[in-house]
Amino acid sequence: MADEFLVFDHVTKRFGALTAVDDVSFSVKKGEFFSLLGPSGCGKTTLLRMVGGFERPDTGRIYLDGKDITDAPPNMRRVHTVFQNYALFPTMTIWDNIAFSLRLAKKPQEEIDEAVDAILEMIRMSDHAWKYPSQLSGGQKQRVAIARALVDHPQVLLLDEPLAALDLKLRQHMLLELDTIHDQVGSTFVYVTHDQGEAMSLSDRIAVMNRGKVEQLDTPAKIYEAPKTSFVASFIGDTNFFHGEIVSVEGDYCFIQVAGFPQIKAYNDKKLSVGQEIDLSVRPEKIRLSFTPPRPEEGAAINVFPSKVKDVVYQGVYTKFWVTSSGLQIQSLQPHSRFLLDQEPITWNDEVFVWWHPDDGYMVECAK
Amino acid sequence: MREVNTNPLRTRKAEWCLTTPSFLWLAVFFVIPAVIVLAFTFHGHDASGGVGAWSMSTWRELVDPDYPAIVWNTIRISFEVTLWSIVLAIPSAYAIARMNPRWRAIVAGSIMLPFWTSFVVRVFAWKTMLHPDGWLQACYIVFLRVRGWLFDWLPGFCQQFLVWLGLASSGPVDPATSTILDSETAVVLVSVYSFLPFAIMPIYTAAEKFDFSLLEAARDLGAKNFYAFRKIFMPGIRQGIVSAVLMVFIPAIGSYVIPQMLGGTNCVLIGNKIFMRAIQNRNIPHASALATLMAVSVLIPIGLAMWWKRRQDLRGKRRLEAQTARLLMTTAEGGNAS
Ligand SMILES: Nc1ncnc2c1ncn2[C@@H]1O[C@H](COP(=O)(O)OP(=O)(O)O)[C@@H](O)[C@H]1O
Ligand SMILES: [Mg+2]
Repeated sequence: MADEFLVFDHVTKRFGALTAVDDVSFSVKKGEFFSLLGPSGCGKTTLLRMVGGFERPDTGRIYLDGKDITDAPPNMRRVHTVFQNYALFPTMTIWDNIAFSLRLAKKPQEEIDEAVDAILEMIRMSDHAWKYPSQLSGGQKQRVAIARALVDHPQVLLLDEPLAALDLKLRQHMLLELDTIHDQVGSTFVYVTHDQGEAMSLSDRIAVMNRGKVEQLDTPAKIYEAPKTSFVASFIGDTNFFHGEIVSVEGDYCFIQVAGFPQIKAYNDKKLSVGQEIDLSVRPEKIRLSFTPPRPEEGAAINVFPSKVKDVVYQGVYTKFWVTSSGLQIQSLQPHSRFLLDQEPITWNDEVFVWWHPDDGYMVECAK
Repeated sequence: MREVNTNPLRTRKAEWCLTTPSFLWLAVFFVIPAVIVLAFTFHGHDASGGVGAWSMSTWRELVDPDYPAIVWNTIRISFEVTLWSIVLAIPSAYAIARMNPRWRAIVAGSIMLPFWTSFVVRVFAWKTMLHPDGWLQACYIVFLRVRGWLFDWLPGFCQQFLVWLGLASSGPVDPATSTILDSETAVVLVSVYSFLPFAIMPIYTAAEKFDFSLLEAARDLGAKNFYAFRKIFMPGIRQGIVSAVLMVFIPAIGSYVIPQMLGGTNCVLIGNKIFMRAIQNRNIPHASALATLMAVSVLIPIGLAMWWKRRQDLRGKRRLEAQTARLLMTTAEGGNAS
């Protein structure tokens, strides 16, 4: 059952009146890089600590490789954690830190030497083996923490916001490193983060959590392109929401009436019927701006609205625009073409057309 | 700029200004009294209790056959007291450090509570509790019986060794004459009671700074609770334990109120002897010589321990260097091969 390696079966955890994890069920595949993504306080750490054995679920079971591990103490699970603050043992050298689990398992000395030396080489820390944790930089500590957790080949490696304490440059570097390490060891990784960029770039699959519940579990592309709920759509990247009601359906498309706004045409992939209230999500990079309306052969089927530019932020690769159209604020991300400097640039208070293709909108469940 | 910061005379002067007060303090309250005590030992004494002329007579008179045994008993009992205090203090400090902040303040405060009462009064209270009709006496008889029973199990040479160390007596237990009051057990018990706060406080201070998530990390990597406690928590609070040992051992060596009031004639320690010589016999030089003797007997083992520790550290360092060299060589070979 490679598809059901780590299984959460209706897991609930309460702290007093607060339900930190609320009836969560899903499974992680063997060898997968799996992410738990959600805002701070949504229960990711609590869920992870239940896998590690540091919290007991109030109801529900957790299975690992077919065995029920819900009540097993932490030292009886072949699951290791990389803690956010690294939790390296300050009174031990790097070498001893990494050898800790192997010594506990009473492995022969040659085997320990070999395994520790090999993993030190993998994380390129051989020169630092006899230093103490306080003598290392943040990124180095991070690598040691990962090596220490991986050296005895756990069934699952849990990582709780491992990069949160690092600065941006180092974080990007460590992302690549983590990816490489996962490829090399092939263990199952469960990665907790509140940073959608990290989750998107590393994961095979992501579970987006909100208030103790899993809102959506999918591949990164699916989560970005086809968010199931408005929470997912807004948490993963920027988006424009149009809240309205379906007023007519024409084949695969429908028209949405947003209060005070012209009707918007959208692809009706959920086959919703007239009268239904929905949120339409349109990503900023799908929204175009121009001084002239798009040419007729394109224009016939697309949403075009007159608007006025309120704000412009140049971001190097992109320029970000905020425009208002019939009282609604719309965000648009324009890539720079090579014509940028030739064209007359769009700036503050320009009257422009804002437009997007009906297929680029995505309908999500209404937030209640 | 160069003139301001790197003028050696100026920095030298600043350093002197900063360190002189503490040197003065040490000189006035420690070095000078110690030198005076040492100087007294090379004087005789006169009948009126004064210090006589320079002479080696005091050292020559210091051949009382009781003294070696008393010095040994003092060190042994101080050691026992220190050991029990530390053994009790570590779990207590751990428990307090893990409490939530409100309880922590209450419990840590109540540990200091006994200090609001006079030490002598508290020892006197113990005298009542240790009365031969009390329940502690009953416990003591049971303790003696169990100890005697265990003692009989040991092979003969072990028995002799324990007797020689003063840790056991070979005679049978007689409930009529064995009282906990005026026994060594009473002295150890009440000393542990008195010094325990001095052991808990430094260990608690260290434990409070300890990062308890390290214990979780150890458990996560496969350690049982006790192993994590031993291998991660204990080294983490080492500094606190070292201070606690000093905080208990040093006053225990010099203690005389407790053996005086609870030890009777069965537990006379060096503190009592010094007191007796100085106050009853009015022989200050003799008391000074005993104090010097005691200080030297304690400093020698401590000096040896420090020397041994330094040697161990040096060995550890050499071992680490050798291992690093081995590691670098294997990685270099790996690099060459690929
Ligand atoms: N030991 C605890 N006692 C009480 N509440 C807790 C405890 N641990 C976590 N919580 C609460 O549970 C919720 C989820 O916490 P957590 O799992 O740490 O969130 P995340 O890791 O997603 O930021 C938070 O509201 C937090 O305050
Ligand atoms: Mg967290």
